[in-house]
Amino acid sequence: MPILEVRGVSKRYGKNQAVDDVSFFIEEGETYGLLGPNGAGKSTTIGMITGILERDSGSITVDGIEHSVTNRKSKSLIGFVPQELALYHDLSARDNLRFFARLYGLSKSEARTKTEEVLETVGLSDRAGEAVSQFSGGMARRLNIGLGLLNSPRLLILDEPTVGVDPQSRNSILESVHTLTRGGVSVLYTTHYMEEAERLCDRVGIIEAGKIRAEGTQRELVSQVGEDDTVLITLDAPGERVLDVLRALEPIDEVSSEGTQVRLLTSNARDALPLILDTLTRAGAGIRSVEVQEPDLEAVFLSLTGKGLRE
Amino acid sequence: MSNGPNTLTMIAAIVAKDVRQRLRDGSLLVFGLLLPLGVAFFFNMLLGDDTSRQTGSEYVVVDSDAGSLGQEFVDAALRPLADDGVLELTTADTEDEARALVEDGGVDAAFLVPEDFTESLENGDDAVLTVVGDADAPVATHIAREIGRAFATEHLRIRLAVASGFDSEPSPEDAALLLEEAEAAEAPLVLSEDADLEWRELGNATYYSASMAFFFVFFAAMFSVTSIFDEKAGGTLARLLASPIPRGAILIAKLTSGLVIGLANMAVLAVATSVFFGADWGDPLGAGALILTGVTAVIGLTAAVASFARSSEQAANWLSVLAMLLGVFGGALFPISQLNGLAIVSYLTPHRWFLLGLGELSAGGLDVVLLPCAVLLALGLVGTTVALFRMGRMVNA
Repeated sequence: MPILEVRGVSKRYGKNQAVDDVSFFIEEGETYGLLGPNGAGKSTTIGMITGILERDSGSITVDGIEHSVTNRKSKSLIGFVPQELALYHDLSARDNLRFFARLYGLSKSEARTKTEEVLETVGLSDRAGEAVSQFSGGMARRLNIGLGLLNSPRLLILDEPTVGVDPQSRNSILESVHTLTRGGVSVLYTTHYMEEAERLCDRVGIIEAGKIRAEGTQRELVSQVGEDDTVLITLDAPGERVLDVLRALEPIDEVSSEGTQVRLLTSNARDALPLILDTLTRAGAGIRSVEVQEPDLEAVFLSLTGKGLRE
Repeated sequence: MSNGPNTLTMIAAIVAKDVRQRLRDGSLLVFGLLLPLGVAFFFNMLLGDDTSRQTGSEYVVVDSDAGSLGQEFVDAALRPLADDGVLELTTADTEDEARALVEDGGVDAAFLVPEDFTESLENGDDAVLTVVGDADAPVATHIAREIGRAFATEHLRIRLAVASGFDSEPSPEDAALLLEEAEAAEAPLVLSEDADLEWRELGNATYYSASMAFFFVFFAAMFSVTSIFDEKAGGTLARLLASPIPRGAILIAKLTSGLVIGLANMAVLAVATSVFFGADWGDPLGAGALILTGVTAVIGLTAAVASFARSSEQAANWLSVLAMLLGVFGGALFPISQLNGLAIVSYLTPHRWFLLGLGELSAGGLDVVLLPCAVLLALGLVGTTVALFRMGRMVNA
């Protein structure tokens, strides 16, 4: 049974159809990315899944429980990390954590224990007593994520957690999320950064203008739009004979060269690469370097919508 | 999570968090303690304190009347008040002497009883009782005018009774009966029976301590109500809404934190003003009931008004205006009697009922606060109901 199942969910603000018949699911332990540009409907979708916003139609189940803004049981299963720093800046990190722990029904002693555990997880134990206003942006971001972990959620929802974050903190956040997913937490991750979705997500849903345009693993999405992988090989002396040998290989769709660099197009570079290298070695071609370029989600998004992710 | 989410625990957590924030941001200290104490201290220093707010008001009377009513005015109306310590009374021989005393600031006001005072009244003609007041003592002058008006009204009533009860000149028996009725009638000048002057039964220290405490509790409580908008702007409301707490409980928690802060605020001020200024808040039970219902009214009204605002700033502006208007029309800033024809509006304000209740309480008895408490509670419930009806607009992301 999926931990989250979204079926035909829609939300309209006046004349604006913010979310239109969106459906997807997340399996236990899976990381699902909702990828789309600003204004695509990601946050509205997240708002309905977290129970902040009422939906106009459709259904959402969390661990098999019909979910709504009033269903406290299903809400208890979700951890939420909003896009903005939803913190009480005049309170300490510890006070913030204890407060929200109490809202999730933890007893005082449980809240104390869980607070220290989360502080350790997000690396803020040594600054726990300081007011959040004294924190750097990265520390505040980590606390923001920590607050989503207080209820040991079955499903963790992160709504663009790296917006406005410096590269170092961003990397740290992505590492934290990766650690959580390794621990078995199911994650719904929204972003408009293609690299984050590629790095973290098992499956991705591409959302644009309130609709899910495509869904699947990165490879599935790429194959949907028919993009080939590119293998760039620099040889000592690429002769016509070597090029013919490569053309004769079954997985190779297209061969071209420019100077010492040979460019191969193949549907699956990872599978074809051992054969390519073996063939070149046996042909006596001196290999200086090899580079594999897989088509990315940016390309997929461009192909599906006709525009870039950050337009 | 061994214990399931408990709404009361959640409300308590929000209240505790809000109170902690308020204690840290300093607004509670300023609006809840420093300002009310400071202003009360200022008024107390300015006006002094005694058993009654008009104590210290000095009057001079010139009785030029040859008849009995002038003497009655002095002996039955003014002298008892002086004996009770409500005012200080001296006499002068001439109007000029009295006017000079007023001009020199020797007294606050002068009563001038004319020569034909008794004769005019007995003949059914207009009799002029002149009050000369010091422009720098408007309250004392107003009190003098009210004393004179009350005396004149009482005599007009008697005269009307004579006129309506007998078609012709009354017989000696009827006249004696009338005299008996007149003598049995209520004392003509009892300040506590003057609706506009009830608050005067509170001493300066008590009056200004209570009025300033109640005036500023609006500001102290305001921040709790407007914090919903702050939570929304800061993103924490979204996190609250995503947690398993019911939406209504969030609003109730905010109102409760305002109530807790308001009650603590008033309690501290009551104790502080009693200790430092000698304010007498009356029977603790009655004062407690008035404070509880009064703060309930404040929270209800502020929540109702805030529910129409779109931001914390807008709500704060509106509530500041509301606090000022209610303070002005409720008698917290200056005597209601100075509102003249608008004095009736004061009954729409919680300040009026709160101060009225304290005034009644000072006269003794607990049952006297029932009506003020009931009105204050009703104001609070109406306001809270409005806010709850508009909850969907307030408590959303």
